[in-house]
Amino acid sequence: MTDIKKEIDVKTDRMIVNMGPSHPVTHGTLHIVLELDGEAVAASDTKIGYLHRGVEKLGEYRTYHKFIPFTDRLNYTSSINNNVGYTLAVEKLLGIQSPPRAQVLEVIACELGRIADHIVCVGINAVDIGAFTVFLYIFKYRELIYDIFSRMSGARLTTSYTRIGGVMRDLDDKTIQMIRDFLRDFPSAIDELEALLTRNRIFYDRTRGIGEFSLEDAIQYGYTGPCLRASGLEWDLRKNQPYLGYENYEFEVPTGTRGDVYDRYLVRVEEMRQSVRILEQAIENIPEGPVIIQDSRIALPPKEDVYNTIEGLISHMKLVMEGVKTPVGEVYSATEAANGELGFYIVSDGGSKPYRIRVRPPCFPIFSSFDEQVKGHMVADAVAILGSLNIIAGELDR
Amino acid sequence: MMAKLLTPEVFMIVKVVAVFIIVLTMVAIGTWVERRGAAFIQDRVGPNRVALFGKFRIMGLTQPVADGIKFFFKEDVIPDNVDRILFVIAPIIAFIPATMTFAAIPFGRPFDVNGVNYFLSILPPATNIGVLYILAIGSMGVYGIIIGSWASNNKWSILGGMRASAQVISYELAMTMAVVGVVLSTGSLQLDEVISAQTGLWNVVPQFLGALVFFVAMFAETNRLPFDLAEGESEIIGYHTEYGSMKFSMFALAEYANMITAAALFVTLYLGGWHFPWLDQWIWGSILAFLMKLIFILWIFVWVRWTLPRFRYDQLMRLGWKVMIPLSLVNMVVVAIFLAYRG
Repeated sequence: MTDIKKEIDVKTDRMIVNMGPSHPVTHGTLHIVLELDGEAVAASDTKIGYLHRGVEKLGEYRTYHKFIPFTDRLNYTSSINNNVGYTLAVEKLLGIQSPPRAQVLEVIACELGRIADHIVCVGINAVDIGAFTVFLYIFKYRELIYDIFSRMSGARLTTSYTRIGGVMRDLDDKTIQMIRDFLRDFPSAIDELEALLTRNRIFYDRTRGIGEFSLEDAIQYGYTGPCLRASGLEWDLRKNQPYLGYENYEFEVPTGTRGDVYDRYLVRVEEMRQSVRILEQAIENIPEGPVIIQDSRIALPPKEDVYNTIEGLISHMKLVMEGVKTPVGEVYSATEAANGELGFYIVSDGGSKPYRIRVRPPCFPIFSSFDEQVKGHMVADAVAILGSLNIIAGELDR
Repeated sequence: MMAKLLTPEVFMIVKVVAVFIIVLTMVAIGTWVERRGAAFIQDRVGPNRVALFGKFRIMGLTQPVADGIKFFFKEDVIPDNVDRILFVIAPIIAFIPATMTFAAIPFGRPFDVNGVNYFLSILPPATNIGVLYILAIGSMGVYGIIIGSWASNNKWSILGGMRASAQVISYELAMTMAVVGVVLSTGSLQLDEVISAQTGLWNVVPQFLGALVFFVAMFAETNRLPFDLAEGESEIIGYHTEYGSMKFSMFALAEYANMITAAALFVTLYLGGWHFPWLDQWIWGSILAFLMKLIFILWIFVWVRWTLPRFRYDQLMRLGWKVMIPLSLVNMVVVAIFLAYRG
């Protein structure tokens, strides 16, 4: 392309356009400044911070429990995974573990959240490439997941499902039945999705070789999650550093070979299938028992104790007024959220409020490589790449 | 009584009014079919809330009326720093050729009353330039897009305009080459000759390749998905980003009018026009046959739009120059050799 220009000696100017902060493809408030040479992207500059709400700082002025609703607003397409990630970090700080039943419920919640997140990512990526129908076909199932969430936690999007030492509420039979129905119907929806996209020539041409990222680069940039696995490394915290008893479930970690948009799509689709496998195992083996730790210094005592015994009332009041007391120390706990490694780094000075909370969002390191990936591609490819990276402004800016 | 009123002049006026009303109504119904069809394909309900007199929903058929009223009464914003004259005339330039093209299409069989020949198209079917007229006027619509995007003074819009112009030029060639095959086999540029040459065997069978090229090029000419790069709402938001109210709606109407014209042309050139077994012995039957074919092609437009993803700009160009034009040339050569061999 450049040779032709040299031959006929045309003067061309580069055009600078703003993709975002308000652009249909940014799905949130991202700002990408593209320098275009015709339709090709010569350079790009990403600007973040439009959705910065100071979540980490807000955490320093709240007790550990009160931070849970803030985690909903990190990656808002799979809030429940953030809830689990945060409470696991606090539990690690306290040196406790939630009861077995709660752990299985958290696994169920996490996998449903992962499916919901992948549905959004794959669906929106397809919309950005122009295939609108695919998006609506699978989005129906995200709706079913949200119905399940609203029965589990009372909220569809901002779930705040977990508590320190367990979960807020037990699963009832109807919800379990809903999950079973979902697991029965969803695989056929994935087949439908694949029938429309995987071997679609236009989709293949639009995604194969676009945003190709080598494994070395991916590791250098600190990639995690589906994008790293698409580059070829079998790295999944559920396998490599099991938590919540993930070692007891049978599932595979799909990997790609080239790390392009197509591989990321394939990895996400396969992960949805694997999540269904995990859910099928989990839903049949929910152990009996309490769903939250029986320790009135950490979890609220049952209401009958609060209303009928003075000890219950006092511990309820102390917990609500003062919060959970933590030992002095610092802890980093990471979980495999839908987008990659979601880490919470908590420093405690022994009080009931964290001295410092730091969230390690999966998409921050991924987004930092956007400029490099998009260089030399076209505007339409920038759109496809952005969709495949699954940048959620909520956790990117915090 | 009716026979006395039926003079060529009166008939012409009736035809012009009827065709104009029917095409514009079809444009409005086209938006309805698009939205309901999309809903049907996507397993949802679609627009069905607008009710006539607050009572009769008629499957949302009043939605286009509501949309039209809304577009009329919206504030007509002309942004600062646009080229005001070009900005205003661009939607008109896009819309008028789209409605003009239909004039040459014969939409029913001609008939004789009192020794006078009446024909069912606005231009006389014996117009020597029938096919050329349609191709010439049809390709003028893109000027509206280019002028509109230029006048908008918006970088994303100008990208859309550039895409539209490159795309239309590339696919116009393939389309015309494909039509040359039809013209060769007919031996005439008159559309009534083209139709009568298809009595018994529609062109789509002997000239399958040409029909295929024409069909694909049709999508590119009308800026429909998978070739809707000029709009590309998730990439460049579209050439009409700065337009609002009725001006925007003119662009949208032009798109649907273009679709109708392109489909009518396809029906005329390849699907035998108003020919249909048994049905075309009556005048009304022939009009019905034409409409049925037209609606079928229009439905394919909708169907494809909601099934396929969008091409990328360079892929579109590659397809146009490296696949479509050679294919249409092959079609042309095959037809020419066949005709020469037959004598």
